[in-house]
Amino acid sequence: MTVLSRFRPAGRNRSAGARKTVTFGDASEVKGSPSWSVASLIFLFFVWWWIKRGPDPMINDRTFPSLRQSWDAFFELVDIGYRRVGLWDHTWASLWRVLKGLIYGVVVGVPVGFAMGLSNRLRGIFDPVVELLRPVPPLALLPLFIVWFGIGEGSKVNLLFFAAVWIMVIAARAGVLGVHGSKVHAAYSLGASRWQILRYVILPNALPDIFTGMRVALGVCWGTLVAAELTGTTTGLGAMIFAASKFFRMDIVVVSIIIIGVIGVAMDLVMRFLERRLIPWRGKG
Amino acid sequence: MKDLSVGELGMVYELPKGGSVEALQNVSFDLRAGRLLTLLGPSGCGKTTLLNIIAGFLAPTSGSVTLGGDSITGPGQERGMVFQQGALFEWQTVSQNVAFGPRMNRKKRSETETLVRDLLSTVGLQGFGDKAVYELSGGMQQRVALARCLANDPEVILMDEPLGALDALTREKMQGLILKLWQETGKTIILVTHSVEEALYLGDRLFVMAPRPGRIEREYELPFAKEGLDVDPRAMKASPEFIAKREELLSLIWEMEEQIMGHEGAMS
Ligand SMILES: Nc1ncnc2c1ncn2[C@@H]1O[C@H](COP(=O)(O)OP(=O)(O)O)[C@@H](O)[C@H]1O
Ligand SMILES: [Mg+2]
Repeated sequence: MTVLSRFRPAGRNRSAGARKTVTFGDASEVKGSPSWSVASLIFLFFVWWWIKRGPDPMINDRTFPSLRQSWDAFFELVDIGYRRVGLWDHTWASLWRVLKGLIYGVVVGVPVGFAMGLSNRLRGIFDPVVELLRPVPPLALLPLFIVWFGIGEGSKVNLLFFAAVWIMVIAARAGVLGVHGSKVHAAYSLGASRWQILRYVILPNALPDIFTGMRVALGVCWGTLVAAELTGTTTGLGAMIFAASKFFRMDIVVVSIIIIGVIGVAMDLVMRFLERRLIPWRGKG
Repeated sequence: MKDLSVGELGMVYELPKGGSVEALQNVSFDLRAGRLLTLLGPSGCGKTTLLNIIAGFLAPTSGSVTLGGDSITGPGQERGMVFQQGALFEWQTVSQNVAFGPRMNRKKRSETETLVRDLLSTVGLQGFGDKAVYELSGGMQQRVALARCLANDPEVILMDEPLGALDALTREKMQGLILKLWQETGKTIILVTHSVEEALYLGDRLFVMAPRPGRIEREYELPFAKEGLDVDPRAMKASPEFIAKREELLSLIWEMEEQIMGHEGAMS
Protein backbone atom coordinates (compact mmCIF):
# COMPACT_ATOMS: atom_id res chain seq x y z
CA MET A 1 0.00 0.00 0.00
CA THR A 2 1.59 3.22 -1.06
CA VAL A 3 0.32 6.56 0.11
CA LEU A 4 -0.87 7.28 -3.40
CA SER A 5 -2.99 4.16 -3.66
CA ARG A 6 -5.24 5.50 -0.94
CA PHE A 7 -6.28 8.25 -3.29
CA ARG A 8 -7.03 5.99 -6.19
CA PRO A 9 -10.69 6.12 -7.15
CA ALA A 10 -12.66 3.44 -5.34
CA GLY A 11 -13.92 1.95 -8.59
CA ARG A 12 -10.54 0.53 -9.52
CA ASN A 13 -9.60 -1.13 -6.31
CA ARG A 14 -12.71 -2.33 -4.62
CA SER A 15 -13.16 -5.67 -6.32
CA ALA A 16 -9.56 -6.71 -5.69
CA GLY A 17 -10.63 -9.40 -3.20
CA ALA A 18 -13.78 -10.83 -4.71
CA ARG A 19 -14.80 -9.94 -8.22
CA LYS A 20 -18.56 -9.81 -8.45
CA THR A 21 -20.08 -10.76 -11.77
CA VAL A 22 -23.40 -9.11 -10.93
CA THR A 23 -23.02 -5.41 -10.19
CA PHE A 24 -25.94 -3.85 -12.08
CA GLY A 25 -28.70 -3.45 -9.49
CA ASP A 26 -26.35 -4.14 -6.58
CA ALA A 27 -26.68 -1.06 -4.37
CA SER A 28 -23.47 -1.83 -2.49
CA GLU A 29 -21.52 -1.47 -5.73
CA VAL A 30 -22.81 2.05 -6.47
CA LYS A 31 -20.64 4.39 -4.43
CA GLY A 32 -20.16 7.23 -6.91
CA SER A 33 -16.91 8.10 -8.61
CA PRO A 34 -14.79 11.04 -7.44
CA SER A 35 -13.00 11.33 -10.77
CA TRP A 36 -16.26 11.63 -12.67
CA SER A 37 -17.46 14.21 -10.14
CA VAL A 38 -14.37 16.33 -10.77
CA ALA A 39 -14.91 15.94 -14.51
CA SER A 40 -18.52 16.99 -14.14
CA LEU A 41 -17.53 20.14 -12.21
CA ILE A 42 -14.96 21.02 -14.86
CA PHE A 43 -17.59 20.48 -17.54
CA LEU A 44 -19.93 22.87 -15.69
CA PHE A 45 -17.31 25.62 -15.77
CA PHE A 46 -16.65 24.81 -19.39
CA VAL A 47 -20.36 25.30 -20.26
CA TRP A 48 -20.28 28.62 -18.44
CA TRP A 49 -17.22 29.73 -20.41
CA TRP A 50 -18.69 28.40 -23.69
CA ILE A 51 -22.00 30.28 -23.30
CA LYS A 52 -20.03 33.46 -22.65
CA ARG A 53 -17.98 33.24 -25.85
CA GLY A 54 -21.13 32.78 -28.00
CA PRO A 55 -22.38 35.57 -30.28
CA ASP A 56 -25.72 36.21 -28.49
CA PRO A 57 -25.81 40.00 -27.75
CA MET A 58 -28.09 39.44 -24.77
CA ILE A 59 -25.27 37.60 -23.06
CA ASN A 60 -22.84 40.34 -22.17
CA ASP A 61 -20.73 41.13 -19.14
CA ARG A 62 -23.60 43.00 -17.51
CA THR A 63 -26.25 40.27 -17.72
CA PHE A 64 -24.00 37.24 -17.53
CA PRO A 65 -20.73 37.72 -15.69
CA SER A 66 -17.75 35.79 -16.89
CA LEU A 67 -15.74 33.38 -14.78
CA ARG A 68 -13.06 36.02 -14.52
CA GLN A 69 -15.50 38.73 -13.36
CA SER A 70 -16.97 36.42 -10.74
CA TRP A 71 -13.51 35.44 -9.54
CA ASP A 72 -12.62 39.13 -9.17
CA ALA A 73 -15.95 39.85 -7.47
CA PHE A 74 -15.24 37.09 -4.97
CA PHE A 75 -11.91 38.65 -4.00
CA GLU A 76 -13.49 42.08 -3.91
CA LEU A 77 -15.99 40.65 -1.43
CA VAL A 78 -13.28 38.96 0.60
CA ASP A 79 -11.12 42.10 0.66
CA ILE A 80 -13.55 44.93 1.20
CA GLY A 81 -16.94 43.25 1.65
CA TYR A 82 -20.17 44.57 0.25
CA ARG A 83 -21.79 47.86 1.33
CA ARG A 84 -19.36 48.27 4.21
CA VAL A 85 -20.10 44.83 5.59
CA GLY A 86 -17.46 42.13 5.23
CA LEU A 87 -18.25 38.89 3.38
CA TRP A 88 -17.66 36.91 6.54
CA ASP A 89 -20.13 39.12 8.44
CA HIS A 90 -22.78 38.60 5.76
CA THR A 91 -22.19 34.86 5.87
CA TRP A 92 -22.19 34.72 9.64
CA ALA A 93 -25.40 36.79 9.83
CA SER A 94 -27.12 34.22 7.60
CA LEU A 95 -25.66 31.23 9.43
CA TRP A 96 -26.64 32.61 12.80
CA ARG A 97 -30.25 33.16 11.71
CA VAL A 98 -30.49 29.64 10.34
CA LEU A 99 -28.92 28.23 13.48
CA LYS A 100 -31.32 30.11 15.73
CA GLY A 101 -34.32 29.05 13.66
CA LEU A 102 -33.15 25.45 13.77
CA ILE A 103 -32.47 25.46 17.52
CA TYR A 104 -35.91 26.91 18.30
CA GLY A 105 -37.42 24.38 15.91
CA VAL A 106 -35.68 21.51 17.74
CA VAL A 107 -36.49 22.84 21.21
CA VAL A 108 -40.20 23.13 20.39
CA GLY A 109 -40.58 20.39 17.79
CA VAL A 110 -38.97 17.47 19.63
CA PRO A 111 -41.15 17.67 22.77
CA VAL A 112 -44.28 18.13 20.65
CA GLY A 113 -43.28 15.15 18.48
CA PHE A 114 -42.63 13.07 21.61
CA ALA A 115 -45.99 14.07 23.07
CA MET A 116 -47.66 13.05 19.81
CA GLY A 117 -45.91 9.71 19.84
CA LEU A 118 -46.76 8.95 23.47
CA SER A 119 -50.30 10.10 24.17
CA ASN A 120 -53.56 9.65 22.28
CA ARG A 121 -54.95 12.87 23.68
CA LEU A 122 -51.93 14.98 22.77
CA ARG A 123 -51.77 13.31 19.36
CA GLY A 124 -55.39 14.32 18.86
CA ILE A 125 -54.75 17.88 19.98
CA PHE A 126 -51.66 18.48 17.87
CA ASP A 127 -52.65 16.55 14.76
CA PRO A 128 -54.83 19.28 13.14
CA VAL A 129 -52.27 22.01 13.86
CA VAL A 130 -49.38 20.01 12.46
CA GLU A 131 -51.21 18.63 9.45
CA LEU A 132 -52.68 22.01 8.47
CA LEU A 133 -49.54 24.09 8.89
CA ARG A 134 -46.96 21.59 7.66
CA PRO A 135 -47.75 21.96 3.93
CA VAL A 136 -47.78 25.80 4.10
CA PRO A 137 -44.67 27.21 2.42
CA PRO A 138 -42.93 29.34 5.07
CA LEU A 139 -42.67 32.34 2.75
CA ALA A 140 -46.47 32.58 2.55
CA LEU A 141 -46.31 33.64 6.19
CA LEU A 142 -43.69 36.35 5.73
CA PRO A 143 -46.22 39.23 5.44
CA LEU A 144 -47.92 38.14 8.65
CA PHE A 145 -44.65 37.59 10.45
CA ILE A 146 -43.39 41.03 9.46
CA VAL A 147 -46.52 42.58 10.99
CA TRP A 148 -46.30 40.44 14.12
CA PHE A 149 -42.57 40.28 14.81
CA GLY A 150 -41.28 43.41 13.08
CA ILE A 151 -39.39 43.75 9.85
CA GLY A 152 -36.00 42.99 11.42
CA GLU A 153 -34.55 39.86 13.00
CA GLY A 154 -37.81 38.78 14.64
CA SER A 155 -39.69 37.92 11.48
CA LYS A 156 -36.70 36.18 9.90
CA VAL A 157 -35.86 33.90 12.79
CA ASN A 158 -39.54 33.10 13.32
CA LEU A 159 -39.89 32.21 9.66
CA LEU A 160 -36.93 29.83 9.87
CA PHE A 161 -38.36 28.41 13.08
CA PHE A 162 -41.60 27.80 11.18
CA ALA A 163 -39.67 26.07 8.41
CA ALA A 164 -37.87 23.80 10.89
CA VAL A 165 -40.45 23.00 13.52
CA TRP A 166 -42.81 20.71 11.56
CA ILE A 167 -39.94 18.69 10.22
CA MET A 168 -38.70 18.20 13.79
CA VAL A 169 -42.17 17.27 15.04
CA ILE A 170 -42.56 14.58 12.39
CA ALA A 171 -39.01 13.29 12.92
CA ALA A 172 -39.35 13.06 16.70
CA ARG A 173 -42.74 11.39 16.42
CA ALA A 174 -41.34 8.83 13.99
CA GLY A 175 -38.46 8.21 16.39
CA VAL A 176 -40.82 7.50 19.27
CA LEU A 177 -43.11 5.28 17.21
CA GLY A 178 -40.11 3.39 15.89
CA VAL A 179 -39.11 2.03 19.29
CA HIS A 180 -39.27 -1.75 19.38
CA GLY A 181 -41.93 -2.94 21.83
CA SER A 182 -39.58 -5.53 23.31
CA LYS A 183 -37.10 -2.81 24.33
CA VAL A 184 -39.77 -0.98 26.31
CA HIS A 185 -41.00 -4.24 27.80
CA ALA A 186 -37.47 -5.27 28.75
CA ALA A 187 -36.93 -1.93 30.46
CA TYR A 188 -40.16 -2.23 32.46
CA SER A 189 -39.17 -5.73 33.56
CA LEU A 190 -35.82 -4.35 34.69
CA GLY A 191 -37.59 -1.96 37.02
CA ALA A 192 -37.58 1.26 35.00
CA SER A 193 -40.20 3.90 35.75
CA ARG A 194 -42.09 5.72 32.99
CA TRP A 195 -39.75 8.64 33.27
CA GLN A 196 -36.71 6.37 33.08
CA ILE A 197 -38.15 4.63 30.03
CA LEU A 198 -38.56 7.99 28.34
CA ARG A 199 -35.07 9.13 29.27
CA TYR A 200 -33.08 5.91 28.82
CA VAL A 201 -34.99 4.01 26.11
CA ILE A 202 -37.28 6.19 24.02
CA LEU A 203 -35.00 9.21 23.75
CA PRO A 204 -31.82 7.38 22.67
CA ASN A 205 -33.90 5.21 20.37
CA ALA A 206 -35.32 8.35 18.71
CA LEU A 207 -32.00 10.19 18.39
CA PRO A 208 -31.13 8.87 14.91
CA ASP A 209 -34.49 10.05 13.57
CA ILE A 210 -34.16 13.38 15.35
CA PHE A 211 -30.75 13.85 13.82
CA THR A 212 -32.02 13.06 10.34
CA GLY A 213 -34.78 15.60 10.94
CA MET A 214 -32.18 18.21 11.90
CA ARG A 215 -30.24 17.56 8.72
CA VAL A 216 -33.34 17.97 6.58
CA ALA A 217 -34.49 21.04 8.53
CA LEU A 218 -31.09 22.66 8.23
CA GLY A 219 -31.24 22.28 4.45
CA VAL A 220 -34.78 23.64 4.23
CA CYS A 221 -33.94 26.61 6.49
CA TRP A 222 -30.90 27.45 4.44
CA GLY A 223 -33.07 27.42 1.33
CA THR A 224 -35.75 29.61 2.92
CA LEU A 225 -33.22 32.06 4.27
CA VAL A 226 -32.34 33.95 1.10
CA ALA A 227 -35.97 34.84 0.55
CA ALA A 228 -36.40 35.78 4.20
CA GLU A 229 -33.55 38.27 3.88
CA LEU A 230 -35.33 39.96 1.01
CA THR A 231 -36.42 42.83 3.22
CA GLY A 232 -35.63 44.48 6.48
CA THR A 233 -31.94 43.80 6.73
CA THR A 234 -28.65 44.89 5.25
CA THR A 235 -26.73 41.81 6.36
CA GLY A 236 -26.86 38.24 5.16
CA LEU A 237 -26.14 36.51 1.89
CA GLY A 238 -29.76 36.99 0.75
CA ALA A 239 -29.66 40.70 1.50
CA MET A 240 -26.40 40.90 -0.40
CA ILE A 241 -28.02 39.32 -3.47
CA PHE A 242 -30.95 41.69 -3.48
CA ALA A 243 -28.82 44.78 -2.90
CA ALA A 244 -26.44 43.73 -5.65
CA SER A 245 -29.30 43.09 -8.06
CA LYS A 246 -30.56 46.64 -7.52
CA PHE A 247 -27.19 47.93 -8.72
CA PHE A 248 -27.07 45.28 -11.41
CA ARG A 249 -23.96 43.68 -9.95
CA MET A 250 -24.68 40.25 -11.41
CA ASP A 251 -21.12 39.16 -10.64
CA ILE A 252 -21.84 39.58 -6.93
CA VAL A 253 -25.18 37.77 -7.34
CA VAL A 254 -23.43 34.82 -8.98
CA VAL A 255 -20.72 34.64 -6.33
CA SER A 256 -23.34 34.77 -3.56
CA ILE A 257 -25.25 31.91 -5.16
CA ILE A 258 -22.11 29.81 -5.32
CA ILE A 259 -21.28 30.61 -1.68
CA ILE A 260 -24.80 29.63 -0.61
CA GLY A 261 -24.46 26.32 -2.46
CA VAL A 262 -21.03 25.55 -1.05
CA ILE A 263 -22.09 26.37 2.52
CA GLY A 264 -25.16 24.16 2.09
CA VAL A 265 -22.94 21.24 1.11
CA ALA A 266 -20.49 21.98 3.93
CA MET A 267 -23.27 22.06 6.54
CA ASP A 268 -24.54 18.69 5.39
CA LEU A 269 -21.04 17.23 5.59
CA VAL A 270 -20.64 18.57 9.12
CA MET A 271 -23.98 17.04 10.11
CA ARG A 272 -23.00 13.69 8.65
CA PHE A 273 -19.71 13.81 10.51
CA LEU A 274 -21.47 14.65 13.79
CA GLU A 275 -23.98 11.89 13.15
CA ARG A 276 -21.23 9.30 12.79
CA ARG A 277 -19.52 10.54 15.92
CA LEU A 278 -22.53 11.06 18.15
CA ILE A 279 -24.85 8.26 16.99
CA PRO A 280 -22.67 5.32 16.01
CA TRP A 281 -25.52 2.92 16.78
CA ARG A 282 -27.72 4.28 13.97
CA GLY A 283 -29.30 1.43 12.00
CA LYS A 284 -27.78 -1.22 14.28
CA GLY A 285 -30.86 -1.98 16.41
CA MET B 1 -38.46 -18.39 46.75
CA LYS B 2 -41.91 -17.93 45.33
CA ASP B 3 -44.18 -20.37 43.54
CA LEU B 4 -46.05 -19.35 40.42
CA SER B 5 -49.71 -20.14 40.08
CA VAL B 6 -51.71 -19.75 36.89
CA GLY B 7 -55.45 -20.15 37.32
CA GLU B 8 -58.02 -20.72 34.57
CA LEU B 9 -56.41 -18.22 32.28
CA GLY B 10 -58.39 -17.14 29.24
CA MET B 11 -57.34 -14.64 26.60
CA VAL B 12 -59.49 -13.44 23.74
CA TYR B 13 -58.11 -10.95 21.23
CA GLU B 14 -60.79 -8.82 19.61
CA LEU B 15 -59.79 -8.23 16.02
CA PRO B 16 -60.12 -4.70 14.67
CA LYS B 17 -62.14 -5.92 11.69
CA GLY B 18 -64.55 -7.79 13.93
CA GLY B 19 -64.37 -11.35 15.16
CA SER B 20 -62.00 -12.62 17.80
CA VAL B 21 -59.20 -15.09 18.43
CA GLU B 22 -59.20 -17.28 21.50
CA ALA B 23 -55.46 -17.29 22.18
CA LEU B 24 -55.77 -19.08 25.54
CA GLN B 25 -58.56 -21.15 27.02
CA ASN B 26 -58.66 -22.33 30.60
CA VAL B 27 -54.92 -22.60 31.14
CA SER B 28 -54.07 -23.64 34.69
CA PHE B 29 -50.89 -24.86 36.32
CA ASP B 30 -48.74 -24.44 39.39
CA LEU B 31 -45.02 -24.10 39.06
CA ARG B 32 -42.93 -24.56 42.15
CA ALA B 33 -39.97 -22.26 42.61
CA GLY B 34 -36.78 -23.44 40.99
CA ARG B 35 -38.28 -25.48 38.18
CA LEU B 36 -37.57 -25.12 34.50
CA LEU B 37 -40.70 -25.32 32.40
CA THR B 38 -40.48 -25.51 28.62
CA LEU B 39 -43.44 -24.64 26.40
CA LEU B 40 -43.60 -26.37 23.05
CA GLY B 41 -46.19 -26.03 20.33
CA PRO B 42 -46.93 -24.83 16.81
CA SER B 43 -47.06 -21.08 16.20
CA GLY B 44 -50.28 -19.46 17.17
CA CYS B 45 -50.98 -21.68 20.16
CA GLY B 46 -50.61 -18.83 22.62
CA LYS B 47 -47.09 -19.34 23.98
CA THR B 48 -46.11 -15.69 23.65
CA THR B 49 -49.49 -14.60 24.96
CA LEU B 50 -49.06 -16.77 28.06
CA LEU B 51 -45.57 -15.44 28.68
CA ASN B 52 -46.70 -11.83 28.22
CA ILE B 53 -49.50 -12.31 30.73
CA ILE B 54 -47.09 -13.76 33.31
CA ALA B 55 -44.65 -10.92 32.60
CA GLY B 56 -47.51 -8.48 33.18
CA PHE B 57 -47.47 -6.88 29.72
CA LEU B 58 -50.98 -8.16 28.97
CA ALA B 59 -54.03 -8.46 31.19
CA PRO B 60 -55.88 -11.75 30.66
CA THR B 61 -59.55 -11.74 29.68
CA SER B 62 -60.24 -14.14 32.55
CA GLY B 63 -58.33 -15.96 35.25
CA SER B 64 -55.37 -14.88 37.27
CA VAL B 65 -51.64 -15.30 37.79
CA THR B 66 -50.02 -15.10 41.20
CA LEU B 67 -46.38 -15.20 42.23
CA GLY B 68 -45.83 -16.12 45.86
CA GLY B 69 -49.49 -15.38 46.51
CA ASP B 70 -49.40 -11.84 45.07
CA SER B 71 -51.42 -11.37 41.94
CA ILE B 72 -49.70 -9.98 38.89
CA THR B 73 -51.13 -6.76 37.49
CA GLY B 74 -48.20 -5.30 35.57
CA PRO B 75 -44.54 -5.76 34.74
CA GLY B 76 -42.15 -6.08 37.66
CA GLN B 77 -38.54 -6.87 38.22
CA GLU B 78 -39.18 -10.10 40.10
CA ARG B 79 -40.10 -11.44 36.63
CA GLY B 80 -37.24 -10.97 34.16
CA MET B 81 -37.67 -11.38 30.43
CA VAL B 82 -35.34 -12.58 27.68
CA PHE B 83 -36.55 -11.97 24.13
CA GLN B 84 -35.56 -13.66 20.92
CA GLN B 85 -33.64 -10.64 19.71
CA GLY B 86 -33.76 -6.87 19.36
CA ALA B 87 -34.35 -6.10 23.02
CA LEU B 88 -30.81 -5.02 23.90
CA PHE B 89 -30.11 -1.30 23.95
CA GLU B 90 -27.83 -0.73 20.99
CA TRP B 91 -26.85 2.76 22.23
CA GLN B 92 -25.21 1.21 25.28
CA THR B 93 -22.14 -0.94 25.72
CA VAL B 94 -22.36 -4.52 26.91
CA SER B 95 -21.63 -3.46 30.51
CA GLN B 96 -24.16 -0.65 30.42
CA ASN B 97 -26.80 -3.07 29.18
CA VAL B 98 -26.10 -5.48 32.02
CA ALA B 99 -26.04 -2.60 34.52
CA PHE B 100 -29.39 -1.23 33.32
CA GLY B 101 -31.55 -2.80 36.03
CA PRO B 102 -29.34 -1.87 39.01
CA ARG B 103 -28.97 1.62 37.56
CA MET B 104 -32.74 2.08 37.30
CA ASN B 105 -32.89 1.00 40.94
CA ARG B 106 -30.19 3.52 41.88
CA LYS B 107 -27.87 0.87 43.25
CA LYS B 108 -24.39 1.89 44.34
CA ARG B 109 -22.09 2.32 41.38
CA SER B 110 -19.20 0.31 42.81
CA GLU B 111 -21.45 -2.60 43.73
CA THR B 112 -22.99 -2.58 40.27
CA GLU B 113 -19.56 -2.64 38.64
CA THR B 114 -18.55 -5.73 40.59
CA LEU B 115 -21.88 -7.38 39.85
CA VAL B 116 -21.58 -6.68 36.13
CA ARG B 117 -18.05 -8.07 36.01
CA ASP B 118 -19.17 -11.24 37.79
CA LEU B 119 -22.18 -11.71 35.55
CA LEU B 120 -20.17 -11.19 32.38
CA SER B 121 -17.77 -13.92 33.39
CA THR B 122 -20.69 -16.17 34.37
CA VAL B 123 -22.08 -15.96 30.85
CA GLY B 124 -18.63 -16.23 29.27
CA LEU B 125 -18.23 -12.63 28.15
CA GLN B 126 -15.32 -11.48 30.30
CA GLY B 127 -13.39 -8.79 28.45
CA PHE B 128 -16.35 -7.81 26.26
CA GLY B 129 -17.78 -5.20 28.63
CA ASP B 130 -16.75 -2.16 26.62
CA LYS B 131 -17.89 -3.48 23.26
CA ALA B 132 -20.99 -2.14 21.57
CA VAL B 133 -23.72 -4.78 21.56
CA TYR B 134 -24.05 -4.61 17.77
CA GLU B 135 -20.43 -5.71 17.45
CA LEU B 136 -21.30 -9.06 19.01
CA SER B 137 -22.61 -12.20 17.32
CA GLY B 138 -26.20 -13.30 17.89
CA GLY B 139 -25.17 -15.87 20.47
CA MET B 140 -23.11 -13.37 22.42
CA GLN B 141 -26.00 -10.90 22.33
CA GLN B 142 -28.22 -13.50 23.98
CA ARG B 143 -25.54 -13.98 26.62
CA VAL B 144 -25.77 -10.24 27.32
CA ALA B 145 -29.56 -10.51 27.52
CA LEU B 146 -29.24 -13.32 30.08
CA ALA B 147 -26.73 -11.36 32.15
CA ARG B 148 -28.89 -8.23 32.03
CA CYS B 149 -31.85 -10.23 33.25
CA LEU B 150 -29.86 -11.85 36.08
CA ALA B 151 -28.52 -8.50 37.28
CA ASN B 152 -31.84 -7.74 38.97
CA ASP B 153 -31.94 -11.16 40.65
CA PRO B 154 -35.51 -11.98 39.52
CA GLU B 155 -37.60 -14.79 40.99
CA VAL B 156 -38.75 -15.98 37.59
CA ILE B 157 -37.07 -15.72 34.19
CA LEU B 158 -39.30 -15.80 31.14
CA MET B 159 -37.70 -16.60 27.80
CA ASP B 160 -39.58 -16.33 24.52
CA GLU B 161 -37.70 -18.43 21.95
CA PRO B 162 -34.38 -17.10 23.29
CA LEU B 163 -32.33 -19.31 20.98
CA GLY B 164 -34.67 -19.18 18.00
CA ALA B 165 -32.46 -16.91 15.90
CA LEU B 166 -29.21 -18.80 16.44
CA ASP B 167 -27.44 -21.35 14.28
CA ALA B 168 -27.51 -24.98 15.40
CA LEU B 169 -24.03 -25.06 16.92
CA THR B 170 -24.35 -21.82 18.88
CA ARG B 171 -27.73 -23.03 19.98
CA GLU B 172 -26.32 -26.17 21.59
CA LYS B 173 -23.73 -24.15 23.46
CA MET B 174 -26.36 -21.73 24.69
CA GLN B 175 -28.55 -24.60 25.87
CA GLY B 176 -25.64 -25.67 28.04
CA LEU B 177 -25.34 -22.14 29.41
CA ILE B 178 -29.03 -21.93 30.26
CA LEU B 179 -28.83 -25.26 32.09
CA LYS B 180 -25.77 -24.09 33.97
CA LEU B 181 -27.44 -20.83 35.00
CA TRP B 182 -30.54 -22.69 36.08
CA GLN B 183 -28.61 -25.15 38.22
CA GLU B 184 -26.33 -22.50 39.73
CA THR B 185 -28.96 -19.90 40.50
CA GLY B 186 -31.93 -22.15 41.18
CA LYS B 187 -34.25 -19.69 39.45
CA THR B 188 -37.66 -20.55 38.14
CA ILE B 189 -37.50 -20.46 34.34
CA ILE B 190 -40.22 -20.67 31.70
CA LEU B 191 -38.77 -21.12 28.24
CA VAL B 192 -40.66 -21.14 24.95
CA THR B 193 -39.18 -23.07 22.05
CA HIS B 194 -40.02 -24.49 18.65
CA SER B 195 -37.44 -27.21 18.92
CA VAL B 196 -38.57 -30.55 20.30
CA GLU B 197 -35.02 -31.47 21.20
CA GLU B 198 -34.48 -28.23 23.07
CA ALA B 199 -37.76 -28.56 24.97
CA LEU B 200 -36.80 -32.08 26.06
CA TYR B 201 -33.21 -31.30 26.92
CA LEU B 202 -33.87 -28.14 28.93
CA GLY B 203 -37.28 -28.81 30.41
CA ASP B 204 -37.55 -30.34 33.83
CA ARG B 205 -41.22 -29.95 33.08
CA LEU B 206 -42.70 -29.67 29.60
CA PHE B 207 -46.07 -28.53 28.27
CA VAL B 208 -47.12 -29.28 24.74
CA MET B 209 -49.59 -26.60 23.72
CA ALA B 210 -52.24 -26.79 21.01
CA PRO B 211 -53.91 -23.96 19.09
CA ARG B 212 -57.51 -22.84 18.48
CA PRO B 213 -58.11 -22.30 21.26
CA GLY B 214 -54.63 -22.13 22.77
CA ARG B 215 -54.39 -24.68 25.57
CA ILE B 216 -52.11 -27.15 27.30
CA GLU B 217 -52.47 -30.40 25.39
CA ARG B 218 -50.13 -32.61 27.41
CA GLU B 219 -47.72 -32.38 30.34
CA TYR B 220 -44.46 -34.19 30.94
CA GLU B 221 -42.04 -34.53 33.83
CA LEU B 222 -38.56 -35.01 32.41
CA PRO B 223 -35.28 -36.30 33.83
CA PHE B 224 -32.86 -34.89 31.25
CA ALA B 225 -32.30 -31.34 32.47
CA LYS B 226 -31.28 -32.46 35.96
CA GLU B 227 -28.59 -34.73 34.58
CA GLY B 228 -27.85 -32.51 31.63
CA LEU B 229 -24.66 -30.95 32.86
CA ASP B 230 -23.04 -34.09 34.23
CA VAL B 231 -23.18 -36.04 30.99
CA ASP B 232 -22.18 -35.16 27.47
CA PRO B 233 -25.15 -33.39 25.84
CA ARG B 234 -24.69 -35.20 22.52
CA ALA B 235 -24.62 -38.55 24.28
CA MET B 236 -27.73 -37.66 26.22
CA LYS B 237 -29.58 -36.55 23.10
CA ALA B 238 -28.57 -39.84 21.44
CA SER B 239 -29.70 -42.02 24.36
CA PRO B 240 -32.64 -44.39 23.77
CA GLU B 241 -34.76 -42.68 26.46
CA PHE B 242 -34.27 -39.29 24.88
CA ILE B 243 -34.98 -40.55 21.37
CA ALA B 244 -38.12 -42.37 22.51
CA LYS B 245 -39.47 -39.19 24.10
CA ARG B 246 -38.48 -37.15 21.06
CA GLU B 247 -40.37 -39.46 18.70
CA GLU B 248 -43.39 -39.47 21.00
CA LEU B 249 -43.50 -35.68 21.02
CA LEU B 250 -42.90 -35.40 17.30
CA SER B 251 -45.78 -37.71 16.46
CA LEU B 252 -48.02 -35.82 18.88
CA ILE B 253 -47.13 -32.55 17.18
CA TRP B 254 -47.55 -34.06 13.72
CA GLU B 255 -51.01 -35.20 14.71
CA MET B 256 -51.84 -31.69 15.81
CA GLU B 257 -50.50 -30.21 12.57
CA GLU B 258 -52.65 -32.63 10.57
CA GLN B 259 -55.72 -31.55 12.51
CA ILE B 260 -54.90 -27.89 11.90
CA MET B 261 -54.35 -28.47 8.20
CA GLY B 262 -57.57 -30.47 7.98
CA HIS B 263 -59.39 -27.70 9.81
CA GLU B 264 -58.01 -25.07 7.48
CA GLY B 265 -58.78 -27.22 4.44
CA ALA B 266 -62.39 -27.47 5.56
CA MET B 267 -62.61 -23.70 5.93
CA SER B 268 -61.25 -22.82 2.50
N1 LIG C 1 -52.22 -8.45 19.50
C1 LIG C 1 -52.94 -9.43 18.93
N2 LIG C 1 -54.12 -9.16 18.32
C2 LIG C 1 -54.86 -10.15 17.77
N3 LIG C 1 -54.52 -11.43 17.75
C3 LIG C 1 -53.36 -11.79 18.33
C4 LIG C 1 -52.50 -10.80 18.95
N4 LIG C 1 -51.42 -11.42 19.45
C5 LIG C 1 -51.59 -12.73 19.15
N5 LIG C 1 -52.74 -12.96 18.49
C6 LIG C 1 -53.25 -14.25 18.05
O1 LIG C 1 -53.33 -15.09 19.16
C7 LIG C 1 -52.88 -16.39 18.85
C8 LIG C 1 -51.72 -16.77 19.75
O2 LIG C 1 -50.61 -15.94 19.44
P1 LIG C 1 -49.20 -16.08 20.17
O3 LIG C 1 -49.41 -16.00 21.64
O4 LIG C 1 -48.29 -15.09 19.57
O5 LIG C 1 -48.78 -17.56 19.77
P2 LIG C 1 -47.33 -18.22 19.71
O6 LIG C 1 -46.38 -17.38 20.47
O7 LIG C 1 -47.56 -19.57 20.30
O8 LIG C 1 -46.97 -18.34 18.27
C9 LIG C 1 -52.53 -16.39 17.38
O9 LIG C 1 -53.62 -16.90 16.66
C10 LIG C 1 -52.32 -14.94 17.07
O10 LIG C 1 -52.67 -14.67 15.74
MG1 LIG D 1 -44.50 -16.49 19.82
